[in-house]
Amino acid sequence: MSTTKTRDLARPAPAKASPAKPRRGLRGSPTFNFWLFTGPFLIGLTIFVYAPILWSLWLSFFEARFTVTPDKFVGFENYTYMLTNDDFVGSLVTFTVFAAFIVPTTWALSLGLALLVNRLRFMRAFFRSVFFLPTACSYVAASLIWKMSIFSGVRFGLMNTVLGWFGIENIAWLADPNPPWYWLVIVTARLWLQAGFYMILFIAALQNIPDELYEAASIDGAKPGWQTFWYITLPQLRATSTAVILLLLVAAYQAFDEFFNLLSKTTWGRPPLVELYYKALGESQDYGAGSAGAVILTVLICAVTLLQGKIMGFGRGEESK
Amino acid sequence: MSALSNSNWDRRSVMRAAMGLAAAGGLAACGGNTGRSNASGSGVNLTQYFHAYGEAGTEQAIKKYAKAYDKANVTTQWITSADFESKLFATLLTDNAPDLFEFHPQIQMIRSGQVADLTDIVEPVKDDFNPADIQSHTVDGKIYGVRMIDDPQFFFYRKSMFEKAGVEVPTTLDELMEAAAKLTTSKVKGLYLGNDLHNVIHPMIWSAGADTLNEKNEIAYHTDGVIEGIKKMRKLFTSGDLLLGAPTESWDPSSLNQGLCAIQFCGMWAMPGIQDALGDDWGVFPFPKTIDSGKQSVYNGGWSMFVNAKSENVEAAKEYVKWLWIDQKEYQEDWATSYGFHIPPRTSLAESATKLKSGNAAEGVRLFNEFGHFDNIGWTQAMITSLEDVFANSVRKDMDPEAALDKADAAVNRELKKLFG
Repeated sequence: MSTTKTRDLARPAPAKASPAKPRRGLRGSPTFNFWLFTGPFLIGLTIFVYAPILWSLWLSFFEARFTVTPDKFVGFENYTYMLTNDDFVGSLVTFTVFAAFIVPTTWALSLGLALLVNRLRFMRAFFRSVFFLPTACSYVAASLIWKMSIFSGVRFGLMNTVLGWFGIENIAWLADPNPPWYWLVIVTARLWLQAGFYMILFIAALQNIPDELYEAASIDGAKPGWQTFWYITLPQLRATSTAVILLLLVAAYQAFDEFFNLLSKTTWGRPPLVELYYKALGESQDYGAGSAGAVILTVLICAVTLLQGKIMGFGRGEESK
Repeated sequence: MSALSNSNWDRRSVMRAAMGLAAAGGLAACGGNTGRSNASGSGVNLTQYFHAYGEAGTEQAIKKYAKAYDKANVTTQWITSADFESKLFATLLTDNAPDLFEFHPQIQMIRSGQVADLTDIVEPVKDDFNPADIQSHTVDGKIYGVRMIDDPQFFFYRKSMFEKAGVEVPTTLDELMEAAAKLTTSKVKGLYLGNDLHNVIHPMIWSAGADTLNEKNEIAYHTDGVIEGIKKMRKLFTSGDLLLGAPTESWDPSSLNQGLCAIQFCGMWAMPGIQDALGDDWGVFPFPKTIDSGKQSVYNGGWSMFVNAKSENVEAAKEYVKWLWIDQKEYQEDWATSYGFHIPPRTSLAESATKLKSGNAAEGVRLFNEFGHFDNIGWTQAMITSLEDVFANSVRKDMDPEAALDKADAAVNRELKKLFG
């Protein structure tokens, strides 16, 4: 449980007279410390995450309309309803398309930003903050800005004004699904919001690559630039990349805010959570069917995460490297 | 050693950041306003939910009425319109539910025991209410809500633009489409039906000679006329004559007021705002005939007060509803005519409301009486959503209307079966 920076660990520890017997009562006990540090988090996790999941699981076997304390057991009827529902299954496809696009794009963009910012000789802190700032913006606020100001469908919307300079007709970015311009709006909003956060993770990782590796590579004749990046930087970023991709994937699965706000009352471009909301949890108040959908989704997320961990080796021992 | 500690650092920092983020999210979700006021006045505390009316002064008015009541301490929650239904439905399941709230009559709330029977407070003045407003709130002889305001919805148009383009007021959907085309210029779009077009779904169905449900509570919207209407709406949607992606939704008259469109679908409430912005350069007309055999129509929407049957203070809430929405006629008139224009459901008030006696307001009242369709209490939110999906699929996308309606039939029948057996 060392809280010192790992750089210190790499140096030889200064000789210290170790105490004969580290008896410091309760605070010295590893078990106590374990619970002290994990306890509050576990309590929160139980109350806000596990209990609702279990409740959903219970609800999913009942006909729960306009109530969350139902009494009519219906077995797997809710599951059959959700799984035979074209819209719900379709939303899983929507998600796959969305994730397949947004995960690599955000990964590449945040890595690119990190590389650029990391090479800056001056104003590095400034640019780091500037790129990180959107993370602090709420998805709802960003969606509203995107919807009402940048991608507004009227002639004075920002994008339409710019297009107007080139004599291009106004485009109803969000109202008209054909062609599907709404993806442009969603993807740009999400990139703007997310890239900065993952950039910080990459910068941290980049700064941890020892210079010796680059020196050794250059002595061995590796050319700076693409070759060094491909054979040194990228492999050294593997742990971070894996984590970033995992987080991005989970975030994509959980996509709700910007879809809900940008594409209100559509039947297209609905990721699973939005679909569940419209189908069951929002105004229809069919909590049984909604919970069944949520459980299906949870199982899917777990499966994909485990699979991805297996493929990319996240959480495996150090020897795997 | 060095490589090992590096990767340790990476993983930890990543997870720490991720957990920090998760924890922050969790904390942000806590807290918030539960809607209960801590101020302990004498007597009972009541909470009421209102959706955010767009007109200036409305929130202050509702709070002013509440303050004037001395038998209970009434707190008002003013909720953004887009979130109103979801927030209301979700909180009604919890202990933080409002004691009274405004909404539309929908039978599922009665069947699930969410709203209290208000027959005893409405019955004595029943004859003074618009009969349609009583009927739309009655299930099995019991009255479940008190209508506050009736809000007819129709088209608003710019007279000057019509003259310039040589367009007459349309009486059929085809004429409306032609008019929209003629009125569209590089600066102004001909017609605005809202960004999602959902507000014209019901009028389009009525104007096609169909209805949402028939008297036996069976599907009545799946007709050839409605299919033809959907096809026409699709043509209109792709014509380029519709204003799309406007910053304000169609309940807000800003698009018309700012000259973004020549015709807008909106409601009677917007009249004072339009009058201020456009002077006399505007008029109103009902939803035109979808097909030649149809009839023009107007949706008589509105808002009613309901009492949460599971509230601890049902009696106190009922008393407040009775005091304000049945006894205090002065406040009722203030509410109906001082901010936006609404038609008072009380016949005595409707007759004396001078502001609704002249000009376009009088025309609005005429359309309300002549072409109006009121809410059907058996037509619930889930069914409304199903038809919105039909419009999304077949008007904004190009799905076959027949197939889209079949899909809606399945969803609506599932609802009907649960509600009526």
